[in-house]
Amino acid sequence: MTQVAEKLHPWVSAAPPVAGPRWLQALRERGTARFRALGFPTVRDEEWRFTNVSPISNGDFRPAGPSPVTLNRLAQFIYGDAAHRLVVVNGRFSPELSRLDGLPQTVRAGSLAGVLHGGQQEDSDLAQEHLGALADVDDRAFAALNTAHLDDGAYVFIADGAVVEDPLQILFVSSPDAGSGAPVSHPRLLVVAGENSQARMVETYVGTGGSYFTNGVTEVVVGEGAVLDHYKVQQESLAAFHIASMHVRAARSSTFSSHSFSLGGKLVRNDAIATLDGQGAEVTLNGLYLADGERLVDNHTTIDHAQPHCPSHEIYKGILGGTARAVFNGKIIVRQDAQKTDAKQTNRALLLTDGALINTKPQLEIFADDVKCTHGAAIGQLDEDALFYLRARGLTQAEARDMLIHAFAGEIIHRVKVEPLRLAIETELYAQLARDLAEIDAA
Amino acid sequence: MLQVKNLQAQAEGKEILRGINLEVSAGEVHAIMGPNGSGKSTLARVLAGHPEYEVTGGTVLFEGRDLLEMEPDERAREGVFMAFQYPVEIAGVNNAYFLKAALNAKRKHHGQQELDAVEFMALIRERAKALDIEQGMLNRAVNEGFSGGEKKRNEIFQMALLEPKLAILDETDSGLDIDALKIVSHGVNALRSPDRATIVVTHYQRLLNYIVPDYVHVLSAGRIVKSGGKELALELEQKGYGWIEAA
Ligand SMILES: Nc1ncnc2c1ncn2[C@@H]1O[C@H](COP(=O)(O)OP(=O)(O)OP(=O)(O)O)[C@@H](O)[C@H]1O
Ligand SMILES: [Mg+2]
Repeated sequence: MTQVAEKLHPWVSAAPPVAGPRWLQALRERGTARFRALGFPTVRDEEWRFTNVSPISNGDFRPAGPSPVTLNRLAQFIYGDAAHRLVVVNGRFSPELSRLDGLPQTVRAGSLAGVLHGGQQEDSDLAQEHLGALADVDDRAFAALNTAHLDDGAYVFIADGAVVEDPLQILFVSSPDAGSGAPVSHPRLLVVAGENSQARMVETYVGTGGSYFTNGVTEVVVGEGAVLDHYKVQQESLAAFHIASMHVRAARSSTFSSHSFSLGGKLVRNDAIATLDGQGAEVTLNGLYLADGERLVDNHTTIDHAQPHCPSHEIYKGILGGTARAVFNGKIIVRQDAQKTDAKQTNRALLLTDGALINTKPQLEIFADDVKCTHGAAIGQLDEDALFYLRARGLTQAEARDMLIHAFAGEIIHRVKVEPLRLAIETELYAQLARDLAEIDAA
Repeated sequence: MLQVKNLQAQAEGKEILRGINLEVSAGEVHAIMGPNGSGKSTLARVLAGHPEYEVTGGTVLFEGRDLLEMEPDERAREGVFMAFQYPVEIAGVNNAYFLKAALNAKRKHHGQQELDAVEFMALIRERAKALDIEQGMLNRAVNEGFSGGEKKRNEIFQMALLEPKLAILDETDSGLDIDALKIVSHGVNALRSPDRATIVVTHYQRLLNYIVPDYVHVLSAGRIVKSGGKELALELEQKGYGWIEAA
């Protein structure tokens, strides 16, 4: 026990620079206490059976310091010169790299630390009300660790009835700093979409190289009748560790749609947890991930139907090469009151090599009787009949294969409504795939 | 154009073709008939190069070249076209996009300039009209959600675009109503010329009223057991296959 405590100590010893209000201190203390009690998960933990985080728990990490990253360096990650962008570097909001002056008055966004240590009363009230309300630290060690360090990151508050035309990009950057050893940051994002508001946001995680650990937590409150179109693009450096959870609560008649693209990282765990918390709320959680080389990509989703008459949609697709490992675990909970639930889940993975492996399971916990729940999974190689059909029309084996793989990924990519984002994802994914396939052909 | 000599093939260890001999010259139409499971589709698929079948004996020459040595896609680019008995649905691949890729693969192979989007659209619009293919079918995924008849028409549409030297139609008539049958036959006949040949696999004489064959062959248990002129098809229609198989 002492040994464990000693091992955990460095992760929670460094206190945030500014203490802040009492409620914040209490929240952090709870995070610290829960993290100490839980420790890092192990493969004996059902939720982490296939994802061994010992490279993190045994790793030599230290808190990330400031890094002088330039806008130029980030250009490739900013989609179509995003009209509104909020940049967080190594866990700290960067006013120089952000561009928020064009935001309509109905949207307030910026540094979370700014709100926690001052700012407008209205904003600090919102932060106090919602921070930590969705991200459960009781059972989630990494969320607890993030909460223990809660200080900066980003907030986005959208006023009731606001309609925001241009997407807002929130860019979390990890960049080498002056210290030695791998830096760790705990970025936090809080989004509160007011009643009947409409907005579109892109949450991007990138790195400028090297090994580091990003431990993010995002909380999204979707107000009554609000429509929020959300994208997450995980494009960390290939030696990076990325563990992040997104916690969503969708109120009555709201629509929350999220597409997650996981393209980078060495060890990646995405948790997406959405609660349908009012009648007629609708949630979509879709995802596309690429795992190649020796990478591990783990997606855990939970769709929690707490109220009646809610539809939910979920399609996750993965492309695996090399000796990569993937995990998909899609949990759907239908609470006793949630009659007339209509939940659909599809999970597909394409294995390009014999060495790639996926562990997958649907998990349905249904406590209501009048519900529609469908789920399907398909794991396998490219369809031989389809390949032959294309070849019988004159396409080479490689052309036919590429066409089928692009079609497979396209089903998710085509749903991206922000065009420059869609193009950027296509470009990045297809470039990585081209390298993977060239490697397979050479072997 | 095509010389098949003593062709033998198997799948999953099961002998299916047991010595096929068939000679098809340019300008000819050959019909292949025969009971279910006799090996008609297998012959078509082996000629197209389907990897599920292992050729265990015999030779196939196409325009003097060893067809069996060629990859399936090379056969296609060289002008062999098989219309599938069961066309494959390919989710996520747009039909028009696929057709353009196929056509340009062939053009490139023959040293012709590839068609750009505008030229291609003009071409398919013209060919689509003749086969009663609506714009909607071109914009959907290949064969996905197509009715049986639409799938068959889509096969012939591809043939009309790719203009093969040797077309092998595997039961393209099954499941077609009489109007669709006429449209499909018209598509096939439009392509008939002294330097092309067609092999039609069918169970029904009615197709042969529209696509009139020069020769009719009966396949049974992996062998051609009888060959004749177009009157053989009429005889089969009346008497069935029993009298041949018994003989
Ligand atoms: N890929 C395969 N693997 C194993 N057996 C096969 C395969 N393809 C065909 N066969 C078998 O070979 C025999 C001939 O099949 P084929 O499809 O060529 O017949 P067919 O004459 O086209 O029949 P139909 O008139 O029903 O279309 C059948 O017994 C079939 O089950
Ligand atoms: Mg057949």
